[in-house]
Amino acid sequence: MMRFLLLFSRQGKLRLQKWFTPISEREKKKIIRDMTNMVLARQPRSCNFLDWKDLKIIYKRYASLYFCLAIENQENELLALEIIHRYVELLDKYFGNVCELDIIFNFEKAYFILDEFIIGGEVQETSKQIVNRSIEASDMLQEFQVGASTDTSPMSE
Amino acid sequence: MKRLSSTFMPSNWLSRAQRWRKELDLQSTNLIEVCMALTVVSQIFPKEMIPAILPLVEEKLNHPKEIIRRKAVLALYKFYLIAPNQVQHIHNKFRKALCDKDPGVMTASLHIYLQMIQENPEGYKDLTGSFVNILKQVVGGKLPIDFNYHSVPAPWLQIHLLRILSFLGKNDLRTSELIYEVLDESLRRAEMNRNITYAILYECVKCIYTIHPKSNLLEKAAKCIGNFVLSPDINLKYLGLKALTYVIQQDPKMALQHQMTIIECLDHPDLIIKRETLELLFRITNAQNVVVIVEKMLEFLQNSPDDYTTIDLVGKVAELAEKYAPDNEWFIETMNTVFSLGGDTMQPDIPNSFLKLLSEGFDSVEEDRKLRLFAVDSYVSLLQGETRKLPQCFLQVISWVLGEYSHLSEDHNRSTVLRLLEKLLDMKQTSSETKCWILMAMTKLCEGTAGVCVAQQVSETYISSMDTVLRQRAQELQHLSQDSELREEVLPRDSGLDPMEIDSSLSFLDEFVSGALAAGAAPYKPPHQRQEELAEAKVLSLEPYGLALPISMSSCSITDRHSPTPLSMSSGLSGDSTDVSHRAGLKLDGVQRVWGRDGYLAKKESVEEAAPVQGLTPVHSPSLQNEGDGSHSQTPTPTPTPEPDREKEQLASSLFFGVSSQSSVCLMGKPDSTFNRRRKAKVQAPGVTEQLSSSVAPVSNAVDNLLCNNLQDSNINSVSAASSKQTCELSPRVPAANGTCNTDCGLPESDRKRSNLSISRDNGLVDADSALSEDQGSRSDLCPSSYLPAELCGLYRSEIAPLCTAHSLELSACHVHQGDDMILIIFISNSSDSQVLQIRLDLKSEQLKVTCVSDSSVENIKSHTVAVYQYSLAVKRPGVDVEVDGTLSFLLPAGTPQTKHFSYKLPLTAFIRPLLISTEEYGTMWLGFSHEVKQNLTLVDDGCEPLTFTLNLLKNRLQLHLVEIIGLEGILACRLLQNQPCLMHCRVHAGALAVWLRSPVPELPDCLVYHCQRVLQEK
Repeated sequence: MMRFLLLFSRQGKLRLQKWFTPISEREKKKIIRDMTNMVLARQPRSCNFLDWKDLKIIYKRYASLYFCLAIENQENELLALEIIHRYVELLDKYFGNVCELDIIFNFEKAYFILDEFIIGGEVQETSKQIVNRSIEASDMLQEFQVGASTDTSPMSE
Repeated sequence: MKRLSSTFMPSNWLSRAQRWRKELDLQSTNLIEVCMALTVVSQIFPKEMIPAILPLVEEKLNHPKEIIRRKAVLALYKFYLIAPNQVQHIHNKFRKALCDKDPGVMTASLHIYLQMIQENPEGYKDLTGSFVNILKQVVGGKLPIDFNYHSVPAPWLQIHLLRILSFLGKNDLRTSELIYEVLDESLRRAEMNRNITYAILYECVKCIYTIHPKSNLLEKAAKCIGNFVLSPDINLKYLGLKALTYVIQQDPKMALQHQMTIIECLDHPDLIIKRETLELLFRITNAQNVVVIVEKMLEFLQNSPDDYTTIDLVGKVAELAEKYAPDNEWFIETMNTVFSLGGDTMQPDIPNSFLKLLSEGFDSVEEDRKLRLFAVDSYVSLLQGETRKLPQCFLQVISWVLGEYSHLSEDHNRSTVLRLLEKLLDMKQTSSETKCWILMAMTKLCEGTAGVCVAQQVSETYISSMDTVLRQRAQELQHLSQDSELREEVLPRDSGLDPMEIDSSLSFLDEFVSGALAAGAAPYKPPHQRQEELAEAKVLSLEPYGLALPISMSSCSITDRHSPTPLSMSSGLSGDSTDVSHRAGLKLDGVQRVWGRDGYLAKKESVEEAAPVQGLTPVHSPSLQNEGDGSHSQTPTPTPTPEPDREKEQLASSLFFGVSSQSSVCLMGKPDSTFNRRRKAKVQAPGVTEQLSSSVAPVSNAVDNLLCNNLQDSNINSVSAASSKQTCELSPRVPAANGTCNTDCGLPESDRKRSNLSISRDNGLVDADSALSEDQGSRSDLCPSSYLPAELCGLYRSEIAPLCTAHSLELSACHVHQGDDMILIIFISNSSDSQVLQIRLDLKSEQLKVTCVSDSSVENIKSHTVAVYQYSLAVKRPGVDVEVDGTLSFLLPAGTPQTKHFSYKLPLTAFIRPLLISTEEYGTMWLGFSHEVKQNLTLVDDGCEPLTFTLNLLKNRLQLHLVEIIGLEGILACRLLQNQPCLMHCRVHAGALAVWLRSPVPELPDCLVYHCQRVLQEK
């Protein structure tokens, strides 16, 4: 099972965080700090896996963004690397040549895609087409609802 | 919108609002809304809310859209992880999901199966065929193209299945045989150079080494690991090392094959590779290479980056040092480094066990004295140097050792030591806890006028300290330093040897407690109970508004229920506060060793037992150079330049020294060598369990040792042995084929031939088997049921179930309902012709209170008779099933002590009795109970009165009392022996039976609901 996924920039700015187990806010802050410090300090072309407490940290850099995924010890590290890769592909497919700015300005979409791909720390759907279809469908619903009732309370956005 | 963030805290109002929102969404007709609701449900979800939402999610399992079904399955998986008992009843729905026509839903259901099979592989063996079939189809590319990932068919699914299969096939030849073919196929198909195929390969390799071994697969797996380890890709190298670490305990030869790569990885610039390599070396450490390996580990520790690694590695070094230390000096010095590097973060049991080891000593008094003396000397010289950097826990160890043993040293008189300790006291880094240790040490040491003088001075400084403990120690020091006779009595020298009697139940306080209770004091509640009661105040109410409350209480408010329960008085005079039976550490007595150096050890214990002593000798690496060189030529690494090469070879030879010999020692089931005494002294050997008799071991070890030393000096002399060894060494890739050379110890090394060896092993097996079946035949004469005590005949009792067999003894047991008592009866039948002596039966259980009620404990059992033991059981902590663990120890005719472990499981329902109360009493009791569970159960329909029929069914099967049925509601009551009530309220709602249970016992409602489900499902 996965424990959390963090996306941060080369400067250590957090761009996306997803926690699959309940963790207190303080603990989260500490983890984020640890992760950015550890991952950013890595030399290029070294191993993509790290030990952290009893977890394995799998990280990979795409352009200016670091993707950092924590998995439990008995999980398959290579597979985790492919999960990161697939997520990047999904983002790429949705945004078309995705870049850091896409995620900054459309973070809710990035979360949507992640929720369709991974549920509660397990991979749910691996097909690019299907994930895309359900994202598009929910986009439509959102537009429809916003159009239909302008006074809908904006609960999160 | 409904983008609900994943972070929600169970107890705030927002989450409650969200929950209602979700409930609405789940009932919505809009697909996407339902999808989203399910997505939210499967995020972090508070346990208390599951019952409210479960029926809605269950419903979605039958949704026509596959995406909804899949999300529902995943949501249920989440629930299963959080609260397994609550989804117990939908297991057959999981099966339906497994057979779903949509592969996505099936994939989702595998999450649950992986979890369940991991917990209980026995229960799902029948599914092996289906899983194998699914994997075959996946590997064969039968899935829609949607599931491909970079043109590899459904890799996630494949890996899941491989993992499930490895759990199913573990230690099970029959199941493993079903798996071999598809594993071979997977290995063959996964031959593209992609990360994802490597991930699959890695999983295959792990599976192959987990299930019952098969030689050609092992060969392929070994090749795979080789490719991984040698790969230039650093990630693959890491995985290769990880796989090697996994495999190496079973097949140490793999390490020899890759030794040069391992050496290279040890100097790798990437710390994580280094770390993994050390992990690997840790697994192959033995008495011969421990010095080099520990050195490497300490080297890593010097510049270790984080605390977590330090704690872990320090623990490992300490373990190795205790187990394999070659001599006293090395041991003490290594432990010194451990203490100073580990600092105060390390596990507290390291200093504890170190001190225990020093005080308890080993076999010889002289050795002990030397070790202690050396420790004292080394600490004195440490204290004479720079002390500021030493961690507190090291200082505590030092002061204890100096206090206890500095009288052994002639070089240092007491006043020097006292002065050194005084210096420590004055340092401002020293914590007050450490100061207490130091003062204690001084109390032991102050003798003579100079000592008393120092002691007086010190005690005056601290006697007015703010720290009470410190002040106490200062007082002690002051008084004892003046009165040397009293001191001799209080702190006798060398007192470590006789164990102290500790009354852990604090029974001497009973009178005080009962006096206080009589005077009106509140009964003691253990912390967890207090916590629970606190938490109750915050518990969310789950009943949707408008749901009718149980009969006769609808007008009362729910918050009333915290009124003190009448039964909580029993919560503890004294006694169960300390559970002495809990002992730290691994219990390996009952664990069978199934893997050996050359693969699977198919039940060879019996053969080994008879093996003569000299069996061990030939395998003990006739020449280590030989092994080293041999496998070096096999490693396909490009040969480095000669100079560093020689260095590395040297390192290799020291690292891998005795790797194979170590395994041979282990094979004999007796890993303790003479070097090993430190650990041996630590672990209390409770007689020898079914293995080599202890008298044989030291002799063989001595021979072993001698031979080893001889060979080290002159390995040319042993050419003949070496050459024969080589024949075995030449084919390290066929582990199963030459597997027997070190296990069949009876044969002299020189005239061994592989082929007839395996035959001899087979014969051994057959013999053992036939002997076993004969045994069983003779046993059946003694039918235990006829030995049932007369007063228990005619009472309701369970089937007599066999528990275990040990030599000629056979244990079986049953439980009898005797009114309000539950009696466990254990039969021990002796089917041999000789008497079995000194039988002792110890039963213990975390969940049950076991009291012996047999009139006299039978100690000896004559041939062909049955002894009967009676125990009365009472529930301490309810569970769905409750279990009793037992140990049987006895003396064989030959005089060797034997022990055997067994366990007996009985359902909680055995302890349930009807509780006869009226509706009014029910109403008042209901309010008093704080622990509750709600669940929807199936309503069993007999045609006319489903509610009455279902409740009667429950009443009869579970021994409940049906209080009353009014319209669509019914109430039942029962009690758990002796007197713990549980009330049940049932209501027909939407074709299901909504039950609501309450009890003062936390676990009881949950367990009872489980049994209700079982009963209704069986129907």
